[in-house]
Amino acid sequence: MSAPNKSYDPVEVEALKPAEIERMRDEAVAAFAAAGDLEALAHAKTAHAGGTSPLSLANREIGALPPQAKAEAGKRVGQARGAVNKALAARQVELEAERDTRVLVEEAVDVTLPYDRVPAGARHPLTTLMERIADIFTAMGYAVADGPEVEAEWYNFDALNFVPDHPARQMQDTFFVQGPDGTSGDESGVVLRTHTSPVQARAMLDREPPVYVICPGRVYRTDELDATHTPVFHQVELLAVDEGLTMADLKGTLDHMVQELFGGEGMKTRLRPNFFPFTEPSAEMDMVCYVCRGESVGNPDRPCRTCGSEGWIELGGCGMVNPKVLVACGVDPEKYSGFAFGFGIERMLMFRHNVEDMRDMVEGDVRFTRPFGMEI
Amino acid sequence: MRVPLSWLREYVDLPATETGRDVQAKLVPAGLEVETVEQLGAGLKGPLVVGKVLTIEELTEFKKPIRFCTLDVGDANGTGEPQEVICGARNFAVGDKVVVVLPGAVLAGGFEISARKTYGRTSHGMICSSGELGMGDDGSGGIIVLPPEHEVGIDAIELLQLVDEVLDIAVTPDRGYALSMRGVARETAIAYGLSLRDPALLDVPAPNSYGHRVEIADPVGCDHFTARTVTGLDPEARSPIWLKRRLQKAGMRPISLAVDITNYVMLEIGQPLHAYDRNRVDGAIGVRRAEQGEELTTLDGVKRVLDAADLVITDDRGPIGLAGVMGGADTEIADGEIVAGPLSPSAAERAARGTTAVVIEAAHFDPISIARTARRHKLPSEASRRFERGVDPHAASAAAQRTVDLLVLLAGGSAEAGVTEVVAPFGPHTITMAADHPDRVAGLAYGRETVVRRLQEVGCDVQGQDELIVTVPSWRSDLREINDLAEEVIRLEGYENLPSTLPRPPAGRGLTERQRLHRRVGRALAGAGYVEVLSYPFVGEAQLDQLGLAADDDRRRAVKLVNPLADTEPEMRTTLLPGLFGALRRNDGRGSHDLALYETGLVFRPTGEEKVPARLPVDRRPSPEELATLDAALPRQPRRVAVVLAGAREQAGWWGAGRPTDWADAVQAARTVAAEAGVELTVEADQHAPWHPGRCAALYATVDGERTLVGHAGEVHPRVIKAYGLPERTCAMELELDLVERAGTGALRAPRISTFPVATQDVALVVDRDVPAADVERALGEGAGELLESVRLFDVFTGEQLGEGRKSLAYALRFRAGDRTLTVDEASAARDAAVALAAERTGAVLRGA
Repeated sequence: MSAPNKSYDPVEVEALKPAEIERMRDEAVAAFAAAGDLEALAHAKTAHAGGTSPLSLANREIGALPPQAKAEAGKRVGQARGAVNKALAARQVELEAERDTRVLVEEAVDVTLPYDRVPAGARHPLTTLMERIADIFTAMGYAVADGPEVEAEWYNFDALNFVPDHPARQMQDTFFVQGPDGTSGDESGVVLRTHTSPVQARAMLDREPPVYVICPGRVYRTDELDATHTPVFHQVELLAVDEGLTMADLKGTLDHMVQELFGGEGMKTRLRPNFFPFTEPSAEMDMVCYVCRGESVGNPDRPCRTCGSEGWIELGGCGMVNPKVLVACGVDPEKYSGFAFGFGIERMLMFRHNVEDMRDMVEGDVRFTRPFGMEI
Repeated sequence: MRVPLSWLREYVDLPATETGRDVQAKLVPAGLEVETVEQLGAGLKGPLVVGKVLTIEELTEFKKPIRFCTLDVGDANGTGEPQEVICGARNFAVGDKVVVVLPGAVLAGGFEISARKTYGRTSHGMICSSGELGMGDDGSGGIIVLPPEHEVGIDAIELLQLVDEVLDIAVTPDRGYALSMRGVARETAIAYGLSLRDPALLDVPAPNSYGHRVEIADPVGCDHFTARTVTGLDPEARSPIWLKRRLQKAGMRPISLAVDITNYVMLEIGQPLHAYDRNRVDGAIGVRRAEQGEELTTLDGVKRVLDAADLVITDDRGPIGLAGVMGGADTEIADGEIVAGPLSPSAAERAARGTTAVVIEAAHFDPISIARTARRHKLPSEASRRFERGVDPHAASAAAQRTVDLLVLLAGGSAEAGVTEVVAPFGPHTITMAADHPDRVAGLAYGRETVVRRLQEVGCDVQGQDELIVTVPSWRSDLREINDLAEEVIRLEGYENLPSTLPRPPAGRGLTERQRLHRRVGRALAGAGYVEVLSYPFVGEAQLDQLGLAADDDRRRAVKLVNPLADTEPEMRTTLLPGLFGALRRNDGRGSHDLALYETGLVFRPTGEEKVPARLPVDRRPSPEELATLDAALPRQPRRVAVVLAGAREQAGWWGAGRPTDWADAVQAARTVAAEAGVELTVEADQHAPWHPGRCAALYATVDGERTLVGHAGEVHPRVIKAYGLPERTCAMELELDLVERAGTGALRAPRISTFPVATQDVALVVDRDVPAADVERALGEGAGELLESVRLFDVFTGEQLGEGRKSLAYALRFRAGDRTLTVDEASAARDAAVALAAERTGAVLRGA
């Protein structure tokens, strides 16, 4: 590095000649343009814009100039340096963009690769279907009630107006529990509940009317497992006890449920007279087929597999709570009336989700359950 | 109840165009569940005619005997010439009248008849059996041989009434009256608004004192007994075709004329009847309870030991019938109709064994007594089915009369003048009901007039204005209460006409905390990759043995079923694991090997203190003490949650290696569950079947202030894995969810978040191998004081340099204060305090120190 030389005539100083400055500037700009990547540009920057670059050295010479020449030389060098820095910055941006583009391309992956590191779990569709039904009714103000599965006969039968030895008691094939002393026979007074109705009896005994409860749960009957039967299955029952409840209320509640569960216009239910000991009047309830909406009836060109072209799907039983049941459960039948209904969840799952074989629901095969996920 | 439409028309003048399906559409809304309408003779096309066998040529050159017959079929074949037919049956002779189907005819199922070569001859048609004509079993075991009076050449389709429709009705247990043509006809008449010809409206002679003597010792068990006698019966008389056909269509097999008649009248009027061979009845007919241990051989040939509660029919020698259920073999009526065979008795012998005089019983028995007897002897019969469901006690005399009439008409008998009737007096049942009660039940205003009319239609007598006094008909024993009457009105007015309204329940509270927890637990486990299983709760001793449970293990004390589906699984589960193991094995066997399953559900744990409860009343609310006796009869039924795992917990893939399931996953599953209840579990090593004794964690929580064992988790014992056929290294967890729920601490208090920088200090502590990491961690936590934000074990190391039986636990301690940046000295001091307490409690030594 040379010291200022005061004896030089500025005009005579080679480095500060206009042509020389222009040459330096042009060389720098050309070098930047020629840099093919950020590394080359960094070298070019050192050579043409660094502390020892010709322009920087020329800049230092300015101080040695006589005052009258300083301004002019300073301006000339300053402009040149400005142009050089601008060209550098522009090229820097250009090369960075180029690099980014290239790197991101290089880093690209096959996003179609499968990923099942921890396969998803799932809840059983019977569980989630029961919850979905319960949710419909809790939204209306009902409470969810549950009770024991090994149940006293009084709750399972007597309180529900199943008279001892009445044929209705044999309608439901009951698992009897051995008595505490190991006596066999059906004398222990304890059974596996054959329906969730004992929960209704418990609900009436536990609460003051009005009572609005929904009782989902597991029940037992002595059927062998096959494609359409299982000895262990699930029911949802509903009980409403209040002043002035009518069969029309029962019908409306059923209509509401099938509309919520199967959606859309035209979903409704139909009642047919039937007999159950715990309701009077009693009815069998059907819902309009949610697939064909009844249009397959008498229409052989458009058969419906879901309802067998019947137009209706059998849901379960219902009716007005038999006043005798109210009495046994401590509810005054002069003041209160009630309605109840119940149906099997397995069957509903079968027709709602096109399950062909009941065994799929009981065997616990993960291939069946997994697709149902968390909600249904 | 199978109801032939042609028979139904006898009592109701249905429009001729009404089909079975039309009637079905009317009866179903009225509550008669017509399940199917069978089309008898659908597609059947003649010529199908009566033929007379002219010649029989036995063809013996074939594997089975074959007959080449010629038959006179009149002009039915167009020529009047004998019809040549091959036949394989042998129960007919020359001169017999048979049913011949001729070429050009079509039998049911589209079976077209044409002349065809067979057995070296040409067969121009076929001699028919009842099966081939879709008539049901007639007991002949071959082709139909008709009574001789039918002329050759006449149409057999009409003669045998082959074309008909049969309504199959599933009758509900309350409506016994619908187990008769009379009852179904009544409902049909109401549904169509037509009048009914009641077959029980017969002129019946007044009772007198010279009928067969009847003595009723138990008027509660039998409140009505009619006995009639018919003598001079022709033992050779056969049931006419119409009678047989009606029985067949109704699903009963023709047996003999007298039996067929009693069955026919039962189907018609609904009154079960019994006919005794009078010559075999010794003295008066009695009704009493059996003596314990008394014996009776019933008609089905089974010798039965009677119970003291069984109601029996007796004569002077003892029981001759199980009342209302089945008659006895000793007094069985016999006819001369014997299937042809080498041992055919002579005509004289036939006459000797044939019954020529019968006593007809038409009685009414206590439904409950009949139900119990039928169940006790596992002997459900057509009679018991009707008595259980209610038989019209006033129809007995008419039914007896109808039987007498038919015996006289068809068997050539004469009715004796004696008419015995023993009747326990009882009044009709009367119900007082507000006239608008049906309106209030339905939610629809029918009005008094409609209510009265509908009740009258079902046979009630109705008096009164606002308050109706309703006398129910004798055949409707199911009408006891006002709601029974309301149902009659509402069903006849049509359930389909009920409006649809919604009640307005009071504001609800939604799900309970417990119900929310159950849902959260399911979601949390499913979110962690577990798939829910709902297995059967039935187990057997073999499974408990496979679990390796000790002989005195509490889980062996189980609720036992009287009537299990499988004798090998007579008990209710005391743990969820057998069901999950079964599901795991099933999935594994089907090719799914990387498995994580869960189940929540009840287990059944007898306390040993259960007591048989007294039968509580139903005519009032039982007292709290009485209700407590019911709960005292039940086992504990806590809800549990369990998981099983096998195979890879994380699968191998393009991302790298997988990770096999291990014991820690099972423990983590327990923590996942507990976290949903806001409960932190503490873990201790334990030895507990069915877990691996070295890899079993006991899980504790604080329940009601007490440290309580709530479950176990870990790897399953290799012996259990082998016994169950499970995948190797299967892991499992089971928690008592009810206990975890009770351990919940309620609403969470939000943590205070400090924004000052963290100071991290790592320590490696060397301890004996059997020192639980949980103890070290707890000591570090307590020793570090309140500056400690978290402590995390990040490495466990064993190696020679540590010395035999030692391990190194490396912890990352994070310190932070809420009000300042900690100095290095403060953090170090806290760390030193932590290490000091760990050293004091567990013998830990700072590694490298």
